[in-house]
Amino acid sequence: MHYVEQILPSLISGTGMTLSIFFWTIIISIPLGILVGLGMTTNFKPLTWLINVYVWLMRGTPLLLQLIFVFYGLPIVGIVFQRYDAALFAFILNYTAYFAEIFRGGLQAIPVGQYESARVLRLTNWQTLRRIVIPQVVKIVLPSIGNEVINLVKDSSLVYVIGLGDLLRAGNVAMARDVTLLPMLLVGVIYLLLTAVCTLVLKRLEKHYSYWR
Amino acid sequence: MLELKGITKKFGGKTILDDVNLTVADGQILTIVGPSGAGKTTLLRCISGLATVDAGTFLLDGEAFDPATNRNNDAVIGVVFQDFQLFPNLTVLQNVTLAPTMVLKKSAAEAEKEARQLLKQLNLEGKADLFPYELSGGQKQRVAIVRALAMHPKLLCYDEPTSALDPDLRREVEQIILDLKQEGMTQIVVTHDMPFAESIADQMLRVEPKS
Repeated sequence: MHYVEQILPSLISGTGMTLSIFFWTIIISIPLGILVGLGMTTNFKPLTWLINVYVWLMRGTPLLLQLIFVFYGLPIVGIVFQRYDAALFAFILNYTAYFAEIFRGGLQAIPVGQYESARVLRLTNWQTLRRIVIPQVVKIVLPSIGNEVINLVKDSSLVYVIGLGDLLRAGNVAMARDVTLLPMLLVGVIYLLLTAVCTLVLKRLEKHYSYWR
Repeated sequence: MLELKGITKKFGGKTILDDVNLTVADGQILTIVGPSGAGKTTLLRCISGLATVDAGTFLLDGEAFDPATNRNNDAVIGVVFQDFQLFPNLTVLQNVTLAPTMVLKKSAAEAEKEARQLLKQLNLEGKADLFPYELSGGQKQRVAIVRALAMHPKLLCYDEPTSALDPDLRREVEQIILDLKQEGMTQIVVTHDMPFAESIADQMLRVEPKS
């Protein structure tokens, strides 16, 4: 117990880094994902082509590799990021691609008739999007978004590769120093707590949207 | 009064509507009949502005207008879709008041009062706070009619209003359409149900598939 108290502060500070990556990625890449997802549904070919290449790259290579490229590769062409900014940049790029795909699917699941019905009622495109389309899309995509959110909690551990001190790394350091698995056990428990909170929030959200079918 | 002059519509190389001319007087019911694929629904979509025409003009009360770009709120053309297309995320009342508040800029109270009146008129009292999934097919259709009426349309169009209903409900729609006629509503009904068409029509337009 004494040992737990001893290593807990460093684990908690590592959790801070994990949460910081997590929240900023969510806050920025979900709205971006909606925009990019909308872009994918337009008929403007150059735009959809560009987005498709981007999504293909982001989903087609490991996030770990993308982190390495952003931090060690981009300086070669003169773009230098601080460690933390590099991590956030890579995470946002990667997660926006996944969110965009999810939103594209959600947008395409809305029947054309809903748009036509709004159109003959003289609603503007923006009114249609805001009052009819987005509420329906949110309900459709919520489970898939939830999956990505849970994944992100765990994916954030990849930042160790560019030397950032997150939760997993804090546990790793303690394990190597004290030659015991106990820190890693605690790390596991903390990740479980974080994902449990996410699951709970997502369940709540899904329930909130269950008033209509 | 709605007039169509020389309306022509092509899809690819195929002519779907070829020089359609017709006049619907105020308060009259026009039925458009014909086999599947003849272009009945296409004609309705052109009239309601959901499809553009390749040639021809539309006149509403003697004035030329283009249904596809028309935004004049005094010349609304209402549509009751075959599958109703109610907004599933909104209650019955919200479905009806959405456009009057957002487009006609009515106050919420005024829009609600009018909506409740129309709901009552179409025998939907007590359904205002339900969601579309909680309604039967016939009720959904009546909500769709109320939603269209709330915009005070010059003209109300129906696409196959009897196709999703059992025979009892068919008579009910028939009665609704005739009641609205009594109130002076001009209506266009696309259907392949001949007995239904004959019992409501003042005028019947037969469209045949082009070979």
